[in-house]
Amino acid sequence: MNDPPILRTENLGKRFGPFVALRGITAEFRAGALTAIIGPNGAGKSTYFNLLSGALAPSEGRILFEGRDITGTPQHRFAHLGIAKSFQITTVFPQLPALENVRVAAQARVARYDIWRPRARLHDLLAEAETLLDTVGLARHRDRPASTLAHGEQRALEIAMALAVRPRLLLLDEPTAGMSPEETRSMMELIVRLAAARTVILVEHKMRLVMGISDRILVLHHGELLAQGTPDDIRRNDTVRRVYLGQREH
Amino acid sequence: MARADLMAAAARHRAALAAAALLVFPLLMPFKAIAVNILVQGLFAVGFNLLYGYLGLLSFGHAALLGSGAYACGIVLVRFGWPWWAALAAGPLGGMAIAAAIGALAIRTRGIYFAMVTLALAQCLYFIAYQATGWTGGENGLRGVNIAAIRLAGLRIDLVDPLHRYYFVAVFVIAALFALSRILASPFGAVMEAVRENEARARACGYDIRTTRWLAFVLSGGFCGLAGALQAIHLGIVPVETLYYTTSGLVVMMTLLGGAGTFFGPFIGAGLFGMLEELVSLWTVHWQLVVGVVFVACVLFFPRGVWGTLLAGRGR
Ligand SMILES: Nc1ncnc2c1ncn2[C@@H]1O[C@H](COP(=O)(O)OP(=O)(O)OP(=O)(O)O)[C@@H](O)[C@H]1O
Ligand SMILES: [Mg+2]
Repeated sequence: MNDPPILRTENLGKRFGPFVALRGITAEFRAGALTAIIGPNGAGKSTYFNLLSGALAPSEGRILFEGRDITGTPQHRFAHLGIAKSFQITTVFPQLPALENVRVAAQARVARYDIWRPRARLHDLLAEAETLLDTVGLARHRDRPASTLAHGEQRALEIAMALAVRPRLLLLDEPTAGMSPEETRSMMELIVRLAAARTVILVEHKMRLVMGISDRILVLHHGELLAQGTPDDIRRNDTVRRVYLGQREH
Repeated sequence: MARADLMAAAARHRAALAAAALLVFPLLMPFKAIAVNILVQGLFAVGFNLLYGYLGLLSFGHAALLGSGAYACGIVLVRFGWPWWAALAAGPLGGMAIAAAIGALAIRTRGIYFAMVTLALAQCLYFIAYQATGWTGGENGLRGVNIAAIRLAGLRIDLVDPLHRYYFVAVFVIAALFALSRILASPFGAVMEAVRENEARARACGYDIRTTRWLAFVLSGGFCGLAGALQAIHLGIVPVETLYYTTSGLVVMMTLLGGAGTFFGPFIGAGLFGMLEELVSLWTVHWQLVVGVVFVACVLFFPRGVWGTLLAGRGR
């Protein structure tokens, strides 16, 4: 319990012009834990997520990863640091085969500007990509262009690509968005499996999905940290209940 | 299935197939001097296509890369008396150097702004070349870029003979195609595809988009610079219009006409353009209008370009 946190945000805030999307978020994320960030639509979850993943620069505050200040680090460096993510809107390479999607993601660790060696000679990457496709249950679709996969399969593919970075911290923004109930169930199973081996931060607005699987939960509302604690703490929290009440759960 | 296998085999040996086509081409083509033009313009389009077709970056300043290759070659040959092979090597180096500079400024922008910044920088280079008459000959062009004959391993290549000249140029174009094929098959080739497909994901994987684009721009400069040097040797002169923005527009049109993102498309585009220009100008002085209409029709009805459309039909 006394391990240093893998990730810490101090007084983190983000403004879009005059609009304050996020304000004063101070929170710690324990290594090895599965933390869920929940909150109603527009609460600022994706904004917070984008700050954690480097896609946006904060307007104020600091982000510390493994004790190191990484505020303002360019986005592509986050992967090198060991932070990978999947986006709220599926983000893959649509025309490329599923296997190549994962292979090129893995390649970023070893060969970014090599213009001469045949890429086919990087055998390890291919084997690694095959293993990862298998992990997310897409092995049989390896040669299909990503755009021809079903929505749920594309989301799984994106997670395989995030894993190819070999992250110590995996960030997932609503990985079940737009999924059927079956797809959602297998995605949640996958997340639990992944969380066994690494730190996972999961953004979700459907509270019931994360209650059973999370070690810790952060609740955002109107850009502020409304509550944090174990699922039981959150379930008992009156303010949280008020926020989620009167708002239909999809 | 057999057809798909055939396509895959053809893709693997794309450089060899393209080389074979280029070697046969002048034998089928009555006008040898135009054949050399097409070869050189095709290589120019290949360089442009590397950036536009494979990375999705539209530059309107590629005249600068062709022109700097042409002037680099011409100047060291005419003003410094370098041997032909060194002058030829100066072409791609000059193209890459200018590409490195223009690229460093332009890659900060994207989309239409990128096109505009490259256009503006290329026009700057045009005005510099226009003014620096002592080096470039100004509006009269740089004259006297002549290599009469080359002796190589007991072989005498007479560059005044159009067929000799064609095969002399073809050797370098084909070497460039093998290099291009190698680049496309390299890890960096995969990165270019990834960046073209989805920048946000490429960035999340750990690729630096700016450096990727810059490197691709510099490589493009190498191919265009070589095309410029070959053009200078072929024409015997570097006209200052080589750097003018119409040259940049021409390479965009040739590439789109042939098929952006295809290996051989740029040559098809250059070939169609060269032939059209030649044939139509025989019966009307308004050939540009006719060529323009054909171009617009092609872009509207074959958005993948002529070669791209043929390939798509075959692949199915
Ligand atoms: N780029 C932007 N420019 C302006 N406003 C933005 C921008 N991105 C987000 N916002 C605003 O910030 C607020 C928080 O948005 P955010 O996407 O973080 O919410 P969210 O909690 O992820 O919601 P959802 O559950 O719908 O994904 C919203 O009011 C949104 O309109
Ligand atoms: Mg969101």
